[in-house]
Formats: sequence, C-alpha cells, structure tokens
Amino acid sequence: MEQNRRDFLKASGLFAGGAMLNPVRGYGFNSAVDETIKVALIGCGGRGTGAAAQALSTTQNVQIVAMADAFKDRLDESYKNLTAKKYKNAAGTVVDTKLKVDVPEDRKFVGFDAFKKAIALKDVDVVILATPPGFRPSHFEEAVKNNKHIFMEKPVATDAPGIRKVLEVAEEAKKKKLNVVVGLQRHYQANYLAAIKRIHDGAIGDIVGGQVYWVGSSPWMKERQPNQTEMEYQMRNWYYFNWLCGDHISEQHVHNIDVANWVKKGYPVSIQGTGGRTVRTGKAYGEIFDHHTLDLVYADGTTISSQCRQFEGTWNKVDEAFVGTKGRIDSFDGKKTILKDYKGGVIYQHDDKGDKNPYQVEHDELFAAIAKGEYKFADAENGAKSTMTAIMGRMATYSGKMIKWDEAFNSDINLFPDKLAWDASPKILPGPDGLYPVAVPGKTQVI
Amino acid sequence: MSKQFLFLFSTVFICFNAVAQDANFKNYTQKIGGSPQVYDMVAIPGGEFLMGSPDSEKGRRPDEGPQHKVKIEPFWMGKTEVVWDIYDLYAFKNMEKEMAARHPDPDKSVQKTDASTRPSPPYVDMSFGMGRSGYPAINMTQYAAIHFCKWLYEKTGIFYRLPTEAEWEYACRAGSKTAYSFGADESKLDEYAWHRKNSDAAYKKIGLKKPNAFGLHDMHGNVMEWTLDQYIPDYYAKQPAGEKYAPVTELYPTAVRGGSWDDEPADLRSAARTASKAEWKILDPQLPKSEWWMTSASFVGFRVVRPVKQPSQEEINAYYSPKLIEDY
Repeated sequence: MEQNRRDFLKASGLFAGGAMLNPVRGYGFNSAVDETIKVALIGCGGRGTGAAAQALSTTQNVQIVAMADAFKDRLDESYKNLTAKKYKNAAGTVVDTKLKVDVPEDRKFVGFDAFKKAIALKDVDVVILATPPGFRPSHFEEAVKNNKHIFMEKPVATDAPGIRKVLEVAEEAKKKKLNVVVGLQRHYQANYLAAIKRIHDGAIGDIVGGQVYWVGSSPWMKERQPNQTEMEYQMRNWYYFNWLCGDHISEQHVHNIDVANWVKKGYPVSIQGTGGRTVRTGKAYGEIFDHHTLDLVYADGTTISSQCRQFEGTWNKVDEAFVGTKGRIDSFDGKKTILKDYKGGVIYQHDDKGDKNPYQVEHDELFAAIAKGEYKFADAENGAKSTMTAIMGRMATYSGKMIKWDEAFNSDINLFPDKLAWDASPKILPGPDGLYPVAVPGKTQVI
Repeated sequence: MSKQFLFLFSTVFICFNAVAQDANFKNYTQKIGGSPQVYDMVAIPGGEFLMGSPDSEKGRRPDEGPQHKVKIEPFWMGKTEVVWDIYDLYAFKNMEKEMAARHPDPDKSVQKTDASTRPSPPYVDMSFGMGRSGYPAINMTQYAAIHFCKWLYEKTGIFYRLPTEAEWEYACRAGSKTAYSFGADESKLDEYAWHRKNSDAAYKKIGLKKPNAFGLHDMHGNVMEWTLDQYIPDYYAKQPAGEKYAPVTELYPTAVRGGSWDDEPADLRSAARTASKAEWKILDPQLPKSEWWMTSASFVGFRVVRPVKQPSQEEINAYYSPKLIEDY
C-alpha cells in the first residue's frame, strides 16, 4: 500500500525524532514536520464553500490549497467568500485568511477534469467532494486512488452503477485506512445519536413501524440563458436532472430514509410507491417528480412509510417517527426528541442545550482523526446503501412497480452521459416543445 | 370593471388614507391586493412613556436601564404577528401568482410586485412542522423582514416598516408601567402569552390569547419580534439626544423583543431585550449563509408598523434599501 503524505510524515517524524527533511512548505509549523492539513475543495457551490469553511473552522491547522469546479464563476465566487470570512485558530485568535486559503491561480482548476488536477496534487491530504451527486463516484474513486482522506456530501451517486462503484472504492479506502465522512450529518447530531443509541439498546422494544418525511417547499431553479449548450444548462440547473441530482427523493429525502435504515439497522428488501409531477410541471423543472411516497419493507417485515414532496403552500414536515413494541418516538426535531412508553411515561428526553452544529462536528471529528493519524471513519458504505435505498424508491415511483433490493442494486441503467464536454449531449434532451420526457408509472422501465 | 370606475375607486381609496392620517386615526384592515389575505392594524396614539425597567423589577437585566422618557409619534401597529399565509405570498412568487389568478384585482396586479427582491427558497421547511396557516411566520432575517415591508408597500402603496425598539415597548406597555402589560403578577401570564411553560414546545396560532390595552395580541410570547434597532446593551445610557433608534451597522446583534414560546416568563416582560445571535443560523451549511433565512430561529417573527406621517419618497427608498451585510 502506498502511504499517504500524512502517514509518511508521521512515520518519518517518529523515526527521525523530528529532525529530518524539514519540508519547508506552507507556514506556521514549529516542528520539523509540517502539521498543516491541506485540503482541496472539489465543487465550489454554496454547500462546498460552507464545507470548506467548516474544515477551516476546526481546531486543527487546516489550509485550503486547491479548488476545482466545472465553472470559473462559481469557483471565483467561492474563493471570494472563503477569503472574506474571518477564521479563528484554536486559541481564538483571528488568522490571516491568506494563510488559511492559499489558492493561487495555478491551483484553481476549471472544467470537467478540474477535479483530477486538484486531487493529484501531492501536498493535498483531504478532499472535499461537493459537486452535484452524479459526479461523486468518479471523484471518490480518484480521491482514493490518490490516497486522500475524504469528506463527501450526500447522496453519493444517482444510479445503481454509481452505487456499485462507490462500494467498490469504499473497500479500497478501508484497506488504505483513509477516513471517509459522508454528509449525512444526522449521524453527527447529538439528539439523533442519543435517541437512536437508546432505541438500539431496546428502550422502546423492537421497531415495528414508522414514518419519515421531507415534505417542504421547492428549492432553487435556474432559468435557461441564451447561448447555453444543453450540457451547460443542465449543469447549471442540475437539481432537475437525474444524472446529476438523482431526483429530490435522493438529493434531499435520503437524510430521512437513511434515519429509517439506521434505526432498523438494515436496508429495505423491497419498496413500492407512487409519485408524480403535479405542481412543478414546466420545462425549467427538467425531468424530476415533485412528490413521492414509499413503503420501505425491511427483512423482518416491518414497513416504514416515507414521503417527500416539494410543493409550496402545503403542510410541511421534515422529521422521522418510529413505533416500537414498548414505546415510540414521534419526532427528532429539536426539543421534541422524546422516547415515550404507551402509558405516557417519558423514557428519555433529549436536552439540546449546548448541542453543537452537526455540520461542524463532521469536520471537527474528521480533522481530529487525521491529525492524530487515526483511522476512524468509514461512512461510504452506509452512504452508498442509503443512497441506493432512495434510488430504489425513485425506481419504484417512476415505474409504479414493486422493486426488490437485488434487482435495483444490479440494475445496469447508467444515467451518466457517454462523454463529458460542453458541446456533448446528456442522455436526456428536451422535446420540440422544450419539455423533457418524464417517467410514466406503469410504462417506464427502470431496471 | 370599467376604467372610469376603477379611477373613482382608487380616488376614494386615496382620500380615505388621507383622512385616516388625520382626524380619522383609527383601526383599519389592510387588504393584500390579489389575495384573500388581510392584516389588521391598530391605531396607537402618540405619547410619552418611561422606557426600560426599574431596578426593583423581578427578572430585570442591566440592559433595561436607565429608565428614560421617550416621546412617541402616533402610528399603527399590526394587531398580530405576520402569519405565513401572507409571508408565503412574498416569499414564493409562484404562490403569489397563483393567488392573483384566483383573486383578480387589476389595480394591484401581480406585475406590480414583479420587481420585488424576494427570499431565496429555503432548503429546509422553515416552519419546522409547527404549523403554517394562521401561525406566525418565523426564521426570517431582519433583512428579509424589511424586504417584506417593501413588498407590502408595492402591493398597497402604504409605507410599512419594522417598529423601533422604543415604539415596540411603548405599544407593548399600552400605558402600563409594570413588568407585563397586564400587571406584575406572573401567574396571570398564561391568559396573555405562550411561553416555555405552556407552549408544549411550539408556537401557536396568532391571537388566541388576550390582547393588551391597545388591543395587540401576543406582544408577550408566541414569537419574538424583530425591531429596527441594532442591539446596544448600554444604549439607554448613551443614546444620542434626539435619536429615535440605533441604526443597524453590524449584522449581529440586533434588538428583538417580546420573548417567545421557548422562553421563560422573565424574558417576556415589556422591557426585556433580546440580542440576535450568529448561532440563529447554525444549521445553515452554506457560505455565505443565507441573507433571507435564519434556519435555527424558530422563535423569531415580526409585526409591522405604519407611521401616521408617511415619509418622503426619498426616505422610503432609503428605508427599503438596507445594506446587505454578508454573513460569513
């Protein structure tokens, strides 16, 4: 196994008592070994930029040294925002952002192959993968190939071939002891951790049912601009195209579906469901549905119902509830994380005072582990299987059929374009009326 | 409807406003054109009052003193907090269009507000499942609340704005000098307010509790309310002479009033001041953080006021163009 830079530095530091090599690079190190953890940001949207800022806000000595995005304007905006923010070091002193964000023009990479150039940089210890999810499998593969620790946003793929790739690469990451954190931040959120530990310890008996929801309003949409190629338009308006987004059932609702899997300690054996486009039917909304409801059926026969919807002006809920043989939890939301028995008794009530921001905790823990040379996080497998659950849900609602895990998982339908270039064609194209073809339950084939 | 009639109608409407600002200063209901929504406005007579609390008040904090006299010009104030039903029309252009199609009002067509700057769509549901129709809108930034006022102005032609801290406290007290507008007896609080001990961890529909002497509901509790002011702890001691409020120059903290469903009774007192915090956006994972949504302030909403003397167009334009302070 090829060592990554930090392992190498740590090991060499040990052997040479800190006196060797003295790689004078970066800044601020006071031992012979450069303790700066260097990060490449791949995907410079609002979330990628936020993740980079969280990495820079850990108590470790972190530096962003490279940035990559398909679009130059996105990268430049992100750089501007990262350097405008004030960061503090572990002692609470404001540090010079030029030291924290050391990304000269020759380490700003733009285009479809930008990620490769950023990941290939030898100094980079960690990569943040925050592009639209369709790119995740290939970016994850490249990162592991180059021995980088990884923070990657959910979902981790948009089709079954992508999921299989992520699982294969996750095995490789394990062998190489590369830490991988996936942005399913409920796993780093104190109230979920506390309540689900108790559920797993049997506090409310066996889980025999539940409901998970992401029922909210519609997110951003980007109108088509003159002179855009179809590829550029889809990349800009990525939320509404499955090869990039996976539909909102995967992009958003994966959080709640993942909680169901977490609580059930497994993944559904079958899913059936229904969904469609009722409100959001215009051509700017690509091909995705605006609502889905599912029955997630687990190996023990338990059915968890799942709903996601992106309507404005309707009843809303983003939460999870579970029913056990001895009690229930109706909500994880904020102060309502309460396990109750059926006589009205409170088994456990979470006090959220002092709970930390889970988005920050993800990075705090990842960078602490890397700094100590520890191998602690292998989130990719669950990230892939929970994403697969959501994709399987999409297969169920698009086809109107009952879908089994194995057939979904083994599907060879690959949504990704054969070629990535601004003048290349994505696999889905608008008709003469500007509308994109949309799945029709009962007719559309998904396996 | 003929054009002539329309002209007549709008003339009458304008006359009514002119009268209302003068002798006929009384409560009225603001229609939101192109929708079935209305917002009740209560006439608050001008006067002088003692702002802040005495040292002897139970639960008092140092930022509530020294007590000092403030003169308040007459104004109207929303009888209730602004509800989602109205806020959503502003936040979601599609909803406004849909509503306008169902409730045609040529005089106040949706086109009129097409130029409005509106909030970006939130990534999570900003009501956090606590209820929408009839419930107070929450989680908006002060910047978004000011832009809401601008939207409302474009819809109605009437200048609406956030209350100053002084106006808010004056309206809350409604002539009282005690800890709460109904007296000092905390045991009566349940009749007037939703707070931590009776809210079952969620906000409630507006107007379910008794109003104060001015007829305003939920000034204590339910949701805290944005004011126009920067929060300056010792502002009362050093307030420049004649300055009616502390203009905002920094994003945090700004002054929020009234306490909420999530607060202890002492935080609901008329003089109690709350300072907004960067942590109210803790769950926003983006950079820069949203200028429109707080994400983690499910206890903050607002109501609007209308000064009797409508300011000049220049002043109005200035008010509706707050400087965007990026949140990194």
